[in-house]
Amino acid sequence: MTLQDVIDQLNLKVLTQPIDFSAVTPTSGYTSDLLSCVMAGARKGALWVTLQAHLNIVAVAALLEMSAVIITEDAQPDAATINKANEEGVTLLSTDKQSFEAVGRLWATGLR
Amino acid sequence: MGDGPALEAGRFAPRGCIVKPYIAELHSHTVLSPCAEVEMIPPLIVQTAIEKGINLLAVTDHNASANVVAVQRAAQDTGMIVLPGMELQTREEVHLLCLFDTLEQMEAWQNLVDEHLPPLENDIEHFGEQFVVDETGEFVRRETQLLLTSTDLSLEEAVRAVDSIEGLAIPAHIDRKANGLLALLGFVPANVTIEALELSRHISVDVAPLRYPQIRGYPLVRDGDAHRLNEFLGVNEFLLESPTVAELKLALRRENGRLHRFRTV
Repeated sequence: MTLQDVIDQLNLKVLTQPIDFSAVTPTSGYTSDLLSCVMAGARKGALWVTLQAHLNIVAVAALLEMSAVIITEDAQPDAATINKANEEGVTLLSTDKQSFEAVGRLWATGLR
Repeated sequence: MGDGPALEAGRFAPRGCIVKPYIAELHSHTVLSPCAEVEMIPPLIVQTAIEKGINLLAVTDHNASANVVAVQRAAQDTGMIVLPGMELQTREEVHLLCLFDTLEQMEAWQNLVDEHLPPLENDIEHFGEQFVVDETGEFVRRETQLLLTSTDLSLEEAVRAVDSIEGLAIPAHIDRKANGLLALLGFVPANVTIEALELSRHISVDVAPLRYPQIRGYPLVRDGDAHRLNEFLGVNEFLLESPTVAELKLALRRENGRLHRFRTV
């Protein structure tokens, strides 16, 4: 399951500069809105689902070399956050769905 | 506060500037906060704070400021200064102390916050009563707006907006899991100037930087976040020329002979 498949299946909006998403394979999934928990609990290369759109998500995602961050409920990161993500090579994706549904769909694709 | 300590303290300051010690509590609630006990009425707040040695008190209800004037009036002629303030809840659910000098600033800030609160009513059964009271503690009205909720201001937007009207913004109880900056955002955002961080009464000043290395280098204050009368701490000692937000900022930066230190109570 590549990131491109995930984007297609969940109909995700790409907020950062597009890369070759078919070359990225998420290692695992993770969800939490508490960044302290994410830093402690998410695995390297994970696909992270969160409602949190604060700038600090970029640093956390870069630290854990995440395959992407899916921001739910149409929470809108500001321009500084998107710029920083582009600088750091972090992919930010967006959906109007709630985290519950996004995670459920990811689980259904076989991501663990 | 006699002349002795003031003169003593003045030796640290540049010539011509006499700083005086202030024992400050920068975070306290009144009955306007639904989570505060009914005993948190102006005369009891003032009396208890003074008994604790506090002479600079900020009133910081959740997203609200309607009881500030009542506490100021209750403190009249006591020698205790009451700063207008608020504990704002940001979009990220971070609690942020917003401190001001004047009621005009407070009103401007409250108006902005009101525009950024969701149009929801308080559920008294669930959250508790939100009482606006007078200086004797007598009921004036119920605040109907839901206060225990997030504004849609980001932490950065809020800090910059407080700065822009010359207030002082301090992330509150950063060590707490609930609404503490570190749990929510992991570390202190670097894209905005944070003058200080507040520790809760649940962690000591010595332990905090060991447990949270990411706060090293930031000035720290510590408050009781009093929701009950027995929760005032009174451990912040500031040396200031006058009890103003500008002086607090100087003290936190340890500039011009102003400083902040912790006293043992």
